[in-house]
Amino acid sequence: MTDATDILNLDDLEVSGGGRTGRRHILSLLVENKPGVLARIAGLFARRGFNIDSLAVGPTDDTTISRLTLTVDGATHPIDQVTKQLHKLVNVIKIRDLEPEDAVARELALFKISADGDSRAQVMQFAEIFRGKIVDVHKRSLTIEVTGTDDKIEAFEEMVRPFGLIEMVRTGEIAVARGKSAT
Amino acid sequence: MRAVDAIMECLKAEGVEHVFGIPGGANLPTYDALYDAGLRHIQCRHEQGAGHAAEGYAKASGRVGVALATSGPGATNLVTAIADAVMDSVPTVFITGQVRTDLLGTDGFQEADVTGITLPIVKHSLMIRSAEEIPTAIHEAFHIARTGRPGPVLVDVPQDLSREDIAYEPVDSVELPGYQPTTEGNTKQIRLAAKALANARRPVIYAGGGVVNADASKELVELCLSDKLPVTCTLMGLGAFPAPHDQWLGMLGMHGTRAANYAMDEADLIVGIGVRFDDRVTGKLSEFAPRAKFVHIDVDPAEISKNVPAHIPIVGDAKRILPKLTAEYRALAPDTARLDGWWKRIDGWRDKHPLRYDDSETAEIKPQRMIEALYEVTGGDAIVASDVGQHQMWTAQYFHFDGPRKWINSGGLGTMGFGLPAAMGAKVARPDDNVICVSGDGSVVMNAQELATCVTENIPIKVFVMNNGYLGMVRQWQELFWDRRYSSVDMGKSPDLVKLADAYGATGLRVQDKGELEDVVKAAMDADGPVLCDVRVTPEENCYPMIPAGQAARDMVG
Ligand SMILES: Cc1ncc(C[n+]2csc(CCOP(=O)(O)OP(=O)(O)O)c2C)c(N)n1
Ligand SMILES: [Mg+2]
Repeated sequence: MTDATDILNLDDLEVSGGGRTGRRHILSLLVENKPGVLARIAGLFARRGFNIDSLAVGPTDDTTISRLTLTVDGATHPIDQVTKQLHKLVNVIKIRDLEPEDAVARELALFKISADGDSRAQVMQFAEIFRGKIVDVHKRSLTIEVTGTDDKIEAFEEMVRPFGLIEMVRTGEIAVARGKSAT
Repeated sequence: MRAVDAIMECLKAEGVEHVFGIPGGANLPTYDALYDAGLRHIQCRHEQGAGHAAEGYAKASGRVGVALATSGPGATNLVTAIADAVMDSVPTVFITGQVRTDLLGTDGFQEADVTGITLPIVKHSLMIRSAEEIPTAIHEAFHIARTGRPGPVLVDVPQDLSREDIAYEPVDSVELPGYQPTTEGNTKQIRLAAKALANARRPVIYAGGGVVNADASKELVELCLSDKLPVTCTLMGLGAFPAPHDQWLGMLGMHGTRAANYAMDEADLIVGIGVRFDDRVTGKLSEFAPRAKFVHIDVDPAEISKNVPAHIPIVGDAKRILPKLTAEYRALAPDTARLDGWWKRIDGWRDKHPLRYDDSETAEIKPQRMIEALYEVTGGDAIVASDVGQHQMWTAQYFHFDGPRKWINSGGLGTMGFGLPAAMGAKVARPDDNVICVSGDGSVVMNAQELATCVTENIPIKVFVMNNGYLGMVRQWQELFWDRRYSSVDMGKSPDLVKLADAYGATGLRVQDKGELEDVVKAAMDADGPVLCDVRVTPEENCYPMIPAGQAARDMVG
């Protein structure tokens, strides 16, 4: 070998992929709107030992295509394995692993909270601070709708839990990429 | 035309000539269409047999294997074959009948949710919802089964839809927005891999079943021979590089050669091609090839860095990538002499640890001797299907495969009962080749019923049963790792295989004297029609060398 550009020290090669990122990932998937697609995705996660932190499914502007938003913990799973396995599903058209700073993510949650006597006003105050909406009122309880990132929803949960959280229902996060281009 | 007649048209358009299967209520319409469709249907005796036959057909020919079954039990009988096909990436299409749509979900007679049951073990499946979509679905199934990383595709067709009349138009292209396998391989990565290889002092080429699937054996050989690169193959890859050969280290992995395993252990660069770093190859992962950097070439991106992180991943078709890699490598004009020290080391292992066994001093037939006899009598000119157990490993070790698609076995799933029907399928695909099956006394009875198929359909395979009286591989583990507590591994004396052959109308032969072995093998090969040959071998012989499960290459025993 004569050419210096041909010399490569094998020790300089680094592994690609397979690592843990240590952060939460929002995966936005476009999937064909066909029967069984959700079962395929759920089954894949179950058999490969991946955990889904949250999952939201809904229609898109194209009736043949659905949008799925998954949040996955990149500390416990190699995300590139998760996305590559998902890509192998024939009905999965596109996957975008959204960087938190490049995406707008929202979740909707309904909180049913004990609220009688003194606590009622306090709960309503918290709702206001979090820009929640009171959507149902009962003698002894209030149901409040909150939207936001999952951090915000968790913060609200923490605030109202001491009053007596009767139940909470969350949709799971949905997200779009920031800026003009489609997710 | 009826949807089922359209299915026949689609099969023919896909180039299908043979299908394996069994009819029943839910696929009666399909069989009615098959009656005069001009396809050869091989009526099997068990759907599992049909499934493995389709696999054997595909493995021997590279074409898509097709099996048909009715709903419920017919479909569930296919499950093992489907799982086997997904593990070994075998291009197969399974078409099952399903109960009428008005019965779906009501636990109707012979209803089983076969798409649900097989969801984790298919490459893809298609549940038919309307008759009109049937032709497209069939073509999609074939396209998906054979392209990218091949695999099994299931099409589940409700009985009522299959009889409906549809306006059939030939389908000439399929549109699958979520399915676009990468084929070409990234040029920069290929260049980098060539450079790494040219700079390696202790390289090993590690080739697997993906090379066979890609029909890239020739391209593999060209790469290896463009320099003096040492090469080893996985169990699935045997034949991808012609054995025996100077540069051939033998198979690697649990029952591989010491030369191959030690070379992996000391390599500075490993080029994995169409392999998946299975635990039977790596042993203890944390101690696998600790000094090596990895180039990994595979058509399935999910295989890259799944078990072993790759330094230079290349996604694509080995047949396209290898010639480019070879050209780039040649252009670097690497100095072959840099490998001299490495070859010296490898040759040291080869001299010190060849594959060997002590032949008997009596008339007893050693199992290794049996395989050598098969190799000698056939001159290696045979397609060999195997079952699962010790006999499989000895065949892999002692039958030297000099070309691809000559070695047909169940590697990933390790399915006993695979061999006989797979040999049957292979013989249907390649009627002019010798097709033999090496089986065990445990394995052979798991699908022995297909001997009836071989007899009635005139498929002259030669089945050699390595009869050691045991579920030998399990016995070996019990001997070595469980204190010789032989728990449920003795096969007793049943069945009498010669009588069994006779009952099916096949030729039954038996040999127990080493001196008669060659003659009996010859007689079996020369006989007309299918043969079942009972070869009585040493009952308690162990298969060596061996890396005990979960240990490292350095810990090889025997
Ligand atoms: C369907 C199935 N059941 C069980 C096993 C576990 N198993 C692996 S090897 C083996 C023994 C095989 O016996 P035989 O066919 O006689 O082959 P030998 O090892 O004796 O050569 C068994 C039971 C298996 N691989 N497949
Ligand atoms: Mg046995």
